[in-house]
Parts: sequence; C-alpha cells; structure tokens
Amino acid sequence: MTTYDAAGIAEFEKIAVRPQRNLWSDAFRRLRRNHLAMVALVLLATITILAFAADYVSNIERYNPYDDQDFSRIQEGPSWDHFFGTDNLGRDNWARVLAGVRISLQIAIGTQIVVVTLGVLVGSLAALGGRTIDNLLMRATDIAYAFPDLLFIILMRAVLLDSSAPVVSDERVQIILAIGLINWTTLARLVRGQMLSLHERDFVTAARAMGARRGRIVALHMLPNTLGPVIVAVTFGIPLAIFAEAALGFLGFGLTPPTASLGRLVSDGYAYIQTNTWIVVFPAASIATLMLCFTFIGDGLRDALDPRSR
Amino acid sequence: MIPVLWAVATITFFLMHAVPGGPFTEERDVPESVLRALNARYDLDKPLWEQYLNYLLNLVQGDLGLSFRGDREVSGLIGDGFFVTFQLGLLAFAVSVAWGVFLGTVSALNRNGPLDYLGVFFATAGSAVPNFVAGTFLIIIFAINLDWFKIVGWGGPDEWNELFNPGAWDFRKVVLPVIALSLLPSAFIARIMRASMLEVLNQDYIRTAQAKGLQYYVVILRHTIKNALIPVLTVMGPIFATLITGSFIIESLFSIPGVGGAFVDAVVRRDYAMIMGVTLFYAFIVAVVNLLTDIAYAVVDPRIRYS
Repeated sequence: MTTYDAAGIAEFEKIAVRPQRNLWSDAFRRLRRNHLAMVALVLLATITILAFAADYVSNIERYNPYDDQDFSRIQEGPSWDHFFGTDNLGRDNWARVLAGVRISLQIAIGTQIVVVTLGVLVGSLAALGGRTIDNLLMRATDIAYAFPDLLFIILMRAVLLDSSAPVVSDERVQIILAIGLINWTTLARLVRGQMLSLHERDFVTAARAMGARRGRIVALHMLPNTLGPVIVAVTFGIPLAIFAEAALGFLGFGLTPPTASLGRLVSDGYAYIQTNTWIVVFPAASIATLMLCFTFIGDGLRDALDPRSR
Repeated sequence: MIPVLWAVATITFFLMHAVPGGPFTEERDVPESVLRALNARYDLDKPLWEQYLNYLLNLVQGDLGLSFRGDREVSGLIGDGFFVTFQLGLLAFAVSVAWGVFLGTVSALNRNGPLDYLGVFFATAGSAVPNFVAGTFLIIIFAINLDWFKIVGWGGPDEWNELFNPGAWDFRKVVLPVIALSLLPSAFIARIMRASMLEVLNQDYIRTAQAKGLQYYVVILRHTIKNALIPVLTVMGPIFATLITGSFIIESLFSIPGVGGAFVDAVVRRDYAMIMGVTLFYAFIVAVVNLLTDIAYAVVDPRIRYS
C-alpha cells in the first residue's frame, strides 16, 4: 500500500519528522501547561519589575522610602495618598515595601550565586577528584550540614559587620555571604550525586571512547546535564534565602536602618501592631507572596525538567 | 559524631572571636585593674590558642564554662531555656505529626477531590509562608481583632513576657506559639504522607486485602496507613530535633524565654561561653536525634540494613 512517490515521502516526513525539540523547549512546553506555575511567574515578574522600576520612576515609588517623613500623618491606614498607609514616622509604606522587595530579591539572588558557585565546585570536585578529595570534601559538607544554620548566619553576620574590605563593606554582600556560606551543602551533594551517575552513563563512555579529553567531557557532557536539578534547587533556595534574610532583619541582625528590608519592616511594624496593624500586614504579606511564587515556580520547574518524577 | 562536634566547636570558637569587639568593650569607665581582673576571671587574658585548648579540655569534662551574664554556669542557663523550649517543641511536634498525618491521609483518600486540593493548598502554603509571618497574622487575628485572648487575661504581645513561667503549665498560653511552630512541619509531613499513601494504595497487598473482603476501614487503618507511615518516620527525626531546639524567631515573636532568645542575646553581648554552649548543644541534639532516627528506621522496616 505504500507509495514511494514524492508526495508520499513528503506525507511521511510530515508525520515522522517532527520539528526538532530539545530538552529546554520540551520543558518549557510542560511548564506552560502548569497553570499555577505560570500565574506565579507572571505575578513574580510584575512584582520584580515594579520593585526595580520604582528605583528610577518616581511615579511608581511616589515617595522616598527613607526621607519623606510627614509627622502630621503617622500610622495611617491605606488610602489613595498612601497605598499601604504610613509608618510611625509618617513614611510611605508602599515605597518602603517596594524597597524591601528590591533588597530581598537582590539578597536572595546573590545568595544563590554564592551557593551555586560553591555547590557546583565542591560537588564536581568531590565526584571527579579522586577518593581522597572526595572524602575530604564530603566531610567538610557533613560539618557544614551539622552546623545549626541560623546560628552560623547570625555569627557570620556579626563577624562581617564592620568589615572595610572593598566588596564586603556593602551590607547586602555581608548578608549574602553569611547566608550563602552555610547553604551550599544540599547543592554540593546533589551535584556530586548527579556527576557520579552521569559518569557511568553511555554517552559519557561514548565520548571517552571517541577520545574526548576529560575537561571536554566534564564541560560539554556532564555539567550541562546537571543543570536541570541545579535550576530546581536554586528556585527552591531563593525562598529559603528570602526567609533567612527576613529572619535576620526580624532578629535585628539585618541591614542597618533606615534601609528597609522586608524582615526589618515586619519587626518594626510589629512594635505598633496594637495601634495600626496595617504596618505589619503589607511587608508580611509581601514576604509570603514572594516565597509562594518561587515555591510554585520551583514545583512547576521540577515537574517540567524531570518528567520521570511525576 | 565526635569529630563533627569538634569541628563545629572549632569553627564557632574562631568565628566568634573574629566578631569585632569584646564582651567588656561597651562598659564605660571601667578601671584598668577591674578590666584586667574580669579578663582573668573569664580566661580572656591568655592567647587565643590557649583559650581554645582550655575550652576543649573543659568541654571534655562536661564543663561548658561561665556566662558573662550574671556569672552563671552556661549549662544552667541552657537548661533553664531548654525547659521552656522543650515543652513547646514537644507539643508542637505532637500537633504537627497528628495534623500532618491526618491531612495527608484525607488528601490521598480523596485524590483530586476538593478535600485533596484543600489539603495540598495547605501543605504548599504552610511550607512557603515563613512562620513568623504566620505567627504575626495569628496574633493580629486571634489576639487583637478577635480579642479571644483578652478574655482569659492576655493583653497584647507586650504583656506576654511573663506568661511562660516554667513549671506552671497553662495550655492557654501555648496555643498560638504551638500553631505557629507546627505550621511548617505539619505541612511537610502532610506532603510526604499524601505521596506515601498514594504509593501504598497502589501496592498489590492492598488489592489482596480488598480481595479478601476486608472492610474498607480495616484496609486503610491496618494495611495502608501503617505502611505509609514509614517515610514519615524518617523526617520525624529532623523535625523533632528542630522543634525541641526551638525557633529563634517564634521565641522572639512571642517573647518566650527559650534557648533561641538566649543565643541572640549572647551574640549581641559577645558572651563567648554562651555562644559556644548553645551551638554545641544544638549540634549535639541534632546528631543524637538523627542517630536515633536511623535506628528506629531499621527497626520499623526490616528491609533496611546498615553495613
């Protein structure tokens, strides 16, 4: 019944040769079908753009988050003048929450840069560097893992507090380092496990059989294949970092006032919780929203990047 | 376990001495002689490495040193705080396990039904909303707006300071902190319980049990839940450890005089012995609980063997 004429072949090609898709476009298609993740993505993008644009566009920020104090209008509820009300010094809470979101996002992403750098480095060195290095690095990971997280973060923050080194003198960098230097263990273990299992896979053996050098195999074949799990881990790491930063701010180890991080806004607002609950509601809700968004996106990404996990 | 604890002790020791400022730098107008006597009393006049060796030596003998605060034994201070934290943690643990297992079971049995969605929503929200944010909203709603707690004589956060009197148990005092503490762990347990239930429900022995004509609730209670609890057991250990060591933030939010608050205070005051004591205490508890979890796991599931 088969016809081998040109039309038949064209028909066959239409069915058999679907447009080539790689892992990423497949994953993106799957992610797009996850409504919850897409809603979270859109919401997060909106918040991010708003928060960062507010730094440049005064129509969004409307008031200066730190300097515009109006003592005739302190502790007001939400109104058209002040979307989120005002705090105890008559500063606009909308502007302050936007500034807080900006700082939280910067710190969360900075932390993940530290975490990924350390985690991928330690993980791949442990997997590929031979027995001694593996043992050494894994013991170090165990120790970092056994260290009570928040204790380390508070201590490290205190150590870096008055540092005058060029980059570290920025308070945000101090907090990024404090959080990042303890949170890399999960990622290091993940990357090590991935690397070890990839090392035994057929395509790596094939590359080695074709004479590819070690560096090429690692850079071209192994690292890209760890990318999926790493991205998922980072997406889940961001809410943890936001939480850690907020906790630091809440406990009084955060950025020095008047700089407003979300944790500091919550703890400041908490002092006036009986006279005006609005002050604490908006920053608290912002933290929750940011963390929820990243969690939903992380869930979606995990399902999209690793279809077997379903 | 010992090498890890030693490493934790070493890192903490040198980190905290790297914190700028000393314990007595903030006290003004202290005569030179007094300062010298203070430093001698707390071993601070010796070189750092000697202090370190002395500390380790004392530690091995079970001596955690003296806190600068009121010149008290660190072990005593931790004991006091731990008494409060432990009570709360135990309660929160019981609540999280009960609530988490219940929620996970109900979710799994109503898979893709409205109850399931409600359960999954709670599990996601509970693990994504920070506990101090949840705690804040609990206080706003139940203590301020609804006024429930004023009825039993609770004012606002300011007046809660002395309510946690160790030794005098009062359930009404602990409701909000326990809810705030158990939110995250119960969400976590619910997630795991749901997944585990779904897996067990697909097993052949469940079908066999049903085929034998066993009643629905016998299959669920005796065959499904019992087996589904095994993965929950693995996470129960770490959850128990974190709960009984307390949450700094919840303790600070509810003004609970627990261990967490003591640590924050110690870092601010550069109370070296106290910082060391609390860190080691935490690391020790976590290590012990993890060990116990491994043992319990092997007892419950005979398929697991440690070589």
